[in-house]
Amino acid sequence: MPFLLAIQSAVGQGILWGIMALGVFITFRLLDIADLTVDGSFATGGAVCAVALTSGINPFVAILMATVSGFIAGGITGILHTKFDIPAILAGILSQIGLYSINLRIMGRSNIPLLNTPNLFKDFPIGGLSNNWIVLIIGLVIAVVIIMISYWFFGTELGSAIRATGNNEKMVRSLGVNTNSTKIIGLMISNGLIALSGGLVTQAQGYADIKMGIGAIVMALASIVIGEVLISKGTNFMVTLAAIISGSIIYRIIITLVLQAGLSTDDLKLFTAILVAVALAIPTYLAKRRQVTTYKKMTKELEDAETK
Amino acid sequence: MLKLSNISKTFNLGTINEKKALQNISLTVNDGDFITIIGGNGAGKSTLLNTIAGVYSIDCGHIYLDNNDVSLKGEHEIAANIGRVFQDPMMGTATNLEIIENLALANRRGKRRTLAWGIKASEKQQYHEVLKRLGLGLENRMTSKVGLLSGGQRQALTLLMATLQKPKILLLDEHTAALDPVTAKKVLELTEEIVAEQNLTALMVTHNMKDAIAIGNRLIMMNQGQIVYDVSGEEKMNLTVEDLLRKFEEVSHESFANDRMLLVD
Repeated sequence: MPFLLAIQSAVGQGILWGIMALGVFITFRLLDIADLTVDGSFATGGAVCAVALTSGINPFVAILMATVSGFIAGGITGILHTKFDIPAILAGILSQIGLYSINLRIMGRSNIPLLNTPNLFKDFPIGGLSNNWIVLIIGLVIAVVIIMISYWFFGTELGSAIRATGNNEKMVRSLGVNTNSTKIIGLMISNGLIALSGGLVTQAQGYADIKMGIGAIVMALASIVIGEVLISKGTNFMVTLAAIISGSIIYRIIITLVLQAGLSTDDLKLFTAILVAVALAIPTYLAKRRQVTTYKKMTKELEDAETK
Repeated sequence: MLKLSNISKTFNLGTINEKKALQNISLTVNDGDFITIIGGNGAGKSTLLNTIAGVYSIDCGHIYLDNNDVSLKGEHEIAANIGRVFQDPMMGTATNLEIIENLALANRRGKRRTLAWGIKASEKQQYHEVLKRLGLGLENRMTSKVGLLSGGQRQALTLLMATLQKPKILLLDEHTAALDPVTAKKVLELTEEIVAEQNLTALMVTHNMKDAIAIGNRLIMMNQGQIVYDVSGEEKMNLTVEDLLRKFEEVSHESFANDRMLLVD
């Protein structure tokens, strides 16, 4: 059953990459910032994790180190954006480009295979499970833990202030919150999660590559948009977070399906870009059409009433 | 006590668009003062309030709050002492957050945001009580998103938020201007009630001369970035709208004359 195996693998990958999408969600939706650090910080997480593993560090600690590297990357973007008033998109791009060189420096070359190093997935304590199942189990446990922590954090005083910053910055400042800090903290957490995901993916696939982060932002947006289609707006925060992970899984399944159907892997990025663009455009298009129809309907009723 | 001494504020300093919004303003606001501020467009009323709130940095001069020099303090640093309600009802509340979450945010104005839960169980009862007095039924919709409320409801909520934690100074920047007359009256009554109850020190910008005379204990008229009339007590109570209009013409006459001279030239 190669097809079912491919789907199973897609689900596992979807969860691991879904954690990256959760990170992007924090900046894109909660803070209302389009942060492009992602492509760089994802690879940074992978690079730090791979180098840590080849140095014999515990795979779990390696993941934590990857997360911290993401915090730092996000912090730099945050400082560029808030302290020096560089537009968020530009600040993100600057970090992303800078990180490419930094990642090469960390790795020392463009690809690190992890053949004989300790590994969270290879050293799984329960024997007899296929690799797909192990990825699924570990991914699910970590995703649940992250969702729980996020739910708690964004309900705290600080977390509420961060959410409100994306909503109405002026109001939040007038209530005595330093919005520069809330933005920096948000960007740090976001990129921390992204780098964490990068570390997990590196361990799961058994290598780190300098190009592993390319297009990550678009995949994250696809996951978020698909996830939001699944649920209605204004539902519980925890459900929203779970929906994004689900969105990432669905995205992976769609990709698997179109590849099975014969799409060339070369065209994959274009396919993803079109998928996201269409998904983002549909709600706006429908709303506009609805407005036009109501306008026509009401105007017609008015004219009908006058002619009577 | 709030004391402004010789503060000036110029926008676009050193460019062709240079605009002197405040010119050498000195003003002492005593504790318990409720000052109404009137003046034409561009007179500097909003700039004055925003300067006090730390939104704009001043060119020169000093601002003292309870004898502390806060001249160079940023907006969020001084916010612990200042409650604000804006003209635009959308400005004072966060749309996607619940009513109760907005109140909880406001209740922590100027405080350190920690990792404690955003709303404590004990606060809910308090918020229920304060919402109830608005008489808008909001106490039964505490977990509704603020985006579902009307402009008037949002403004009433903002007023509540501004005074939830007693501010040293309450700044009201034409906070009823965007509301319909009935709602505006309600919000204004609520304002007077809360100010009297908590014995607040407040500054209120308004374009309504009647309100400016009827409300508060002191009235200030501004023109071209300067305070041109400052009246309080008995004298203020005996003012009429005609008096104010005459005064207004008197002070703005000079600028009209100047304009005319320019045209004739």
